[in-house]
Amino acid sequence: MTTLLDTLAFNDEGYLLNWQQWNEQVAYEIAAEEGIELTDRHWIVIHFARKIYAENGDAPTLRQITKQTDVSTKEMYTLFPDGPAKKAAMIAGLPKPTGCI
Amino acid sequence: MPRTLLILGAGTGGTMLANKLAHTLDHDQWQMIIVDQEPEHYYQPGFLFIPFGIYRPDEVIRPKQRLLPASVKLIFSEIALIEPDQQRVKLVKDDQVIPYDYLVIATGSRIAPDEIDGMLGDGWYQNIFDFYTYPGAVALAEALKNWKGGRLVINIAEMPIKCPVAPLEFAFLADWYFAQRGIRDQVEIIYSTPLSGAFTKPRASATLSRLLDEKRITVIGDFNISEVDAERRVIRSYDDQEIPYDLLVTIPPNMGAEVIGRSGMGDDLNFVPVDKHTLQSKRWENVFVIGDAGNVPTSKAGSVAHFMLETVVENLQHHISGEPLTPSFDGHANCFVETGYQKGLLIDFNYEVEPLPGKYPLPTVGPFSLLEETKLNHLGKMGFRWVYWNVLLKAIDLPISSQFSMTGKIS
Repeated sequence: MTTLLDTLAFNDEGYLLNWQQWNEQVAYEIAAEEGIELTDRHWIVIHFARKIYAENGDAPTLRQITKQTDVSTKEMYTLFPDGPAKKAAMIAGLPKPTGCI
Repeated sequence: MPRTLLILGAGTGGTMLANKLAHTLDHDQWQMIIVDQEPEHYYQPGFLFIPFGIYRPDEVIRPKQRLLPASVKLIFSEIALIEPDQQRVKLVKDDQVIPYDYLVIATGSRIAPDEIDGMLGDGWYQNIFDFYTYPGAVALAEALKNWKGGRLVINIAEMPIKCPVAPLEFAFLADWYFAQRGIRDQVEIIYSTPLSGAFTKPRASATLSRLLDEKRITVIGDFNISEVDAERRVIRSYDDQEIPYDLLVTIPPNMGAEVIGRSGMGDDLNFVPVDKHTLQSKRWENVFVIGDAGNVPTSKAGSVAHFMLETVVENLQHHISGEPLTPSFDGHANCFVETGYQKGLLIDFNYEVEPLPGKYPLPTVGPFSLLEETKLNHLGKMGFRWVYWNVLLKAIDLPISSQFSMTGKIS
């Protein structure tokens, strides 16, 4: 059986190559593969991440997310365990944030 | 009436720029003003050596006045507010207002220990120290001298940080220092970082991990600090891991100057959004940024400020003459990494190319070995202090290109 994700191209680390091929169903399926069930709180972060990417061409850092939404850092770790900014970007169909040099 | 070029900050970037422009701007048409809040210039790469007694504190300080050209007007004051839409800057001292034609922001970055809960409690400068400030480095020297051993935890709170190799160098030098004192077996050295490995770039990370291993330094990766519990002497991460410490050496979050935030010119860390190739502000065309006050995705280091200099000077001149800007800055960074036992590595990289092994050519003294421990790299690092005061800050051309080059590198 071909799933929705099989029809899309991802890089080696599992990030969607073309962010414009993303839709909410894609998000549900990436999240499911990561063992995450999306709630309203997740969606706040996902939509914020896509908005920032559309403006700046870079997925937001954890600090940007927690300063500009009402989601705290602590909550981010509950919503997106193991590297919240990276995981949020992945589910939002964006490249890995380049925040760290 | 002459036009005004205003530089905010007389640190590494601002000083180099003032010296360079002193030779290139027409003094009949331009006045140059530089504002800074502190009279002393610190050689910041030297802070690393102070805790281990390798440098005396007085070896890293010079008066700013003496490092600047006579043709620049130097004002010591805090900056109250930058108003880029009105093209003016308000100072705290005497409520002065300085209108400008061009503004160069060189306000740098600073540590913000208050961003981490519990950091500035009872343990601060007792058994919790930074070495990114002069007082921190000096206090840590005193603490290390009297330390009998235990768990030394080096923690990077958050990226990006100024000179991202300095925490590693600190770990390497600590290993050497305790070995010399004959107490290395009584010291456990833990290096904890929010990155997955020792460094941000894969090839360098592999070399540096091997060195950490050889020197019995334990790396704890993916550790995102949420708080310091000074009473229990542990640092805790957002996902509830704990690392106990006896002595904590912290690299707190690094942020741009508060005035950048106050003036609405910065991102979430008060860094000024800037075009990464032209170094022009993304919002105001007569505003440029040099050094680590901007948000360009390369290392926040003095070498980078140096490599930015040509681009900023060129583009100021282009803009003044109404010509298109040159996108010449390529993210070039170049760092000696001190590894202890009088050896060091050299890494050289840019936006596109990560640090690679090979040779770095330099007339007369070089070539230096890249990504390989040598005595010559150590001598390069130690000799750099002289170069900094006498050549770099004076904006005298060095025999190395501002642009990154693959010459000598093995890819």
